[in-house]
Amino acid sequence: MDMETLLSYEWSMMAPEFTILIIATVLSLVDLFADKKIDRKLFGWFGAAGIGIALFFLFSQIGHEPAMILANTYRLDAFSLSFKILLLIGALLVLLMGVSYEAKGELLYRGEFYYLLMSALLGAMMMASSADLITLFVGLELLSISSYILAGTRKKSTQSNEAAMKYVINGGISSAFTLFGLSYIYGLTGSTNLADISREISNIAPENGLVLLSVAFILTFVGLAFKISTVPFQMWAPDVYQGAPIPVTVFLSVVSKTAGFVIILRVLLSVFPFAQGLEANTSLLQSMMIFISVLAGITMIAGNTVALKQRNIKRLFAYSSIAHAGYLLVPFVAFSEMMFESMWFYLAAYLLMNIGAFAVIQVMSEHSHSEDISIFAGLFYRRPWMAVMMTIFLLSLAGIPGTAGFIGKLNIFIGALFSDPSRYILAAVMMGTTVISYFYYFGVMAQMFMRPSGSAVPIRMPVGVTIAMVFCAAGTITLGLFPGVVLDFFQTQFNFAEMFY
Amino acid sequence: MMDWLTLMIFSPLIGILILSVQSAERKTVSLTGILATVLPLLLSLVVYAQFHGGGNLGVSHGWINFGGGMFQANYELGIDGFSLLLILLTTIVSTLSASVAAAQIKQGLKAYFLWFLILEIGMLGVFTAENLILFFIFFEITLVPMFFLIGRWGFVEREKAAYSFLIYNGLGSAILLILFAAIFAKTGTTNIEELKAIMASSEAVSEEFRYGSMLALLVAFGVKLPIVPLHTWMVRVHVHAPIAVVMIHAGILLKIGAYGLINFGLGIFGDQFAKVAPFIAILGLINLLYGAFLAFVQNELKSVFAYSSVSHMGIVLLGVAAMNEAGIQGAIFQTLSHGLIAALLFLLVGIIHQRTHTTKLSSLGGLAKRMPLAAGFLLAAAMASLGLPGMSGFVSEFMAFLGLFETMPWIAAIGTLGIIMTAVYILRAVLGVTYGKTIKAFTGMYDLTRIEMIPAAALLALIVLIGIYPAIITHTLQLTLESIMPGIGG
Repeated sequence: MDMETLLSYEWSMMAPEFTILIIATVLSLVDLFADKKIDRKLFGWFGAAGIGIALFFLFSQIGHEPAMILANTYRLDAFSLSFKILLLIGALLVLLMGVSYEAKGELLYRGEFYYLLMSALLGAMMMASSADLITLFVGLELLSISSYILAGTRKKSTQSNEAAMKYVINGGISSAFTLFGLSYIYGLTGSTNLADISREISNIAPENGLVLLSVAFILTFVGLAFKISTVPFQMWAPDVYQGAPIPVTVFLSVVSKTAGFVIILRVLLSVFPFAQGLEANTSLLQSMMIFISVLAGITMIAGNTVALKQRNIKRLFAYSSIAHAGYLLVPFVAFSEMMFESMWFYLAAYLLMNIGAFAVIQVMSEHSHSEDISIFAGLFYRRPWMAVMMTIFLLSLAGIPGTAGFIGKLNIFIGALFSDPSRYILAAVMMGTTVISYFYYFGVMAQMFMRPSGSAVPIRMPVGVTIAMVFCAAGTITLGLFPGVVLDFFQTQFNFAEMFY
Repeated sequence: MMDWLTLMIFSPLIGILILSVQSAERKTVSLTGILATVLPLLLSLVVYAQFHGGGNLGVSHGWINFGGGMFQANYELGIDGFSLLLILLTTIVSTLSASVAAAQIKQGLKAYFLWFLILEIGMLGVFTAENLILFFIFFEITLVPMFFLIGRWGFVEREKAAYSFLIYNGLGSAILLILFAAIFAKTGTTNIEELKAIMASSEAVSEEFRYGSMLALLVAFGVKLPIVPLHTWMVRVHVHAPIAVVMIHAGILLKIGAYGLINFGLGIFGDQFAKVAPFIAILGLINLLYGAFLAFVQNELKSVFAYSSVSHMGIVLLGVAAMNEAGIQGAIFQTLSHGLIAALLFLLVGIIHQRTHTTKLSSLGGLAKRMPLAAGFLLAAAMASLGLPGMSGFVSEFMAFLGLFETMPWIAAIGTLGIIMTAVYILRAVLGVTYGKTIKAFTGMYDLTRIEMIPAAALLALIVLIGIYPAIITHTLQLTLESIMPGIGG
């Protein structure tokens, strides 16, 4: 590749990524050379400003014709744009929470937190835009490796160390699965480029490649299930969520999970709809849906029932986040015209309600140095507005009307029942487990409203986390009452047919 | 044109806003709380006047657009005679319940009223929504405040009752949501009028789907009504929830079940409903008799009235199952009449409990001597409940059975047993409390105060009014019946 080709690329397509990259580099260098006395919290605000700029670039790209650069390995289309918006907003809110995070000297290397977050975000954005298995995997590993370190940033806490260790080992295994599956795809088609693969794969005669392709599908999906924490790779989530510092937990449960869904959609939808399925006139993706739907069902049941037993609020939310990953697989299984809309909207809703809830959890657990759900006792009588916001988040997570979570669930249901064949059983499992989830979400609310509070020490609310909380609460309500604001924007601005080659 | 319906539904918001910035001083909170329920009451009277003045009250705005215009859910409100009457019932009972709460709720009155006003928004919305999605939203909005009202301010086993309420009703609404989503996905609309038209004409929706939908409706609203195997939560709520909340619960929330069955079950899936009518009649019979027999063996006043509610809701089912004008009218009458009677009964139970700190039948007795007025009202309410002519209970039972004798004489004949049982268990419980042996332990007991007289007298007046002049209801109801009857080929 000579200089001329390099310069001929439309580099502005990568402006958001470059912004994040520059911020990450600058932060790491400044952290290295700057005086130790300089408050590293400034890094957080600096990073937040950087994400703001990246968001600005991203919004200016909306409506851009689908295009690829770097020898067709990097792609800008409606799919990548729409999901990158979620990733950036999520990371921005995490950063705001991080600025306010105080953990009694446990977070020794505060600067690290900010630039690792940036590099993880960069990996997630690469995943959204990649059009090649290699780029995709590099993005995935950039995200994963940054997250492994992030999980261990509470260096003196044994829990945090345990979390990081578990995360590394589980992550390594799952990456191996994914890579193994991808290698079959490469072996069968002779290319790592998704566009080439989707062309080649339809030529494979069923008697030659069907078994291998099915194995490839299962291995890839199972490996990627780790990132979205669904069965069979969900067991890391509770331990890691519990051990990691709260902003990192949020990052894992929202940004990293969104990136996981992005990569699943990108790989599976670029490759498998074009392969011959197990029966005539079906695609392999359709044949494999039964497999995913069983996993989704088990995920929802496992997540929601085990959550019932939890007293630790972070573990509880870990199981809740497993359950939500299960819900998010339902539109994928249904595979109707509404799939992207359902998944995107639910991810947006999930982003708001989950980050919001964790923001409240962060304030409360720092206040009382505990993570037991009893820290919420009597919150309504101490900080009524915070209790009201937490109620909004919990109701939204439980899918009660008036909140974003309800519209998201309704959207998923309509899609699942509108598709052919209608996914009645999966919808019923989703609804049934949602009712189970009422127990633990309302349990937290019962603490806030029905129990007397143990202490009267005023609760300190730092700026960053408060901004995140209020933003999420406003967003949850707006998406719940006037979902048209976002749905119309989504429907008019993004044409997902662009995703296919 | 004024959008009176929207204004009415969300008028409790004004109270919520004022309360949330106001000081927590008890007197001001009580006053704001009660006044905040008077506002929707006044607005509902305006709506009543508009309705009879022939004004067009319907509202429709575009709202949510799923799947790029494939699925359009609108904000659509409208009323017919039946829902108008239920709205009036809601606003009246809410105001009375608020005044009871102001007197009886000891702690956290401000939080209580905040939840209570949200509950009222939900109830008003349920009866006004013309769109299944909107209906569901309001339906669920009633769920959350009820959970807290029961769990925070109830009696001993309040939290258990709250969870039991939450899970049963959660399951009911889960079924409802799947059903509504399925209807939406199959027909592309959730507007109730459009659905009626589609179900009446189009062949696009398969027979199996219609039967499935009808049964799903029966279960979902059966939880709410409640139909017998699904009733345990309701008894628990009646016994352990605070009295002011039970007034709302027995008086209005249970009626959502009847409203849903009549409006959606009968209105949208009339043909399928007709085919399972005998089954529904049998369910009604079971409700009637089971409730009556269990009410007979309870030894606590609140449980007696709880099972009595189960029994009386059986009559609603029987009336609906008759599938003729008299039967349905009876069912609707019973819905309204029981709402008033149950509210009055529980109001009195609340007052008795406040004075004596017990509702055990064995520790109550001779109230007629100590509290003559309270005992008098209790007797009157009991008479209304057992269907004494001249009271609203009589009209509704009479019409429901009249209708049923026409179509299913055998079931009706067995059902009359239930009416006899009603007289037996009501008299056993109430006579024991009012006359019976005077219990000496209660000292310093005082009769109804003037403030307490107002809600009791108002409710009793309405009960008697409907009893001697039923036209006051049929006058409003007529239009609804005309719209339901063609749907069932009657």
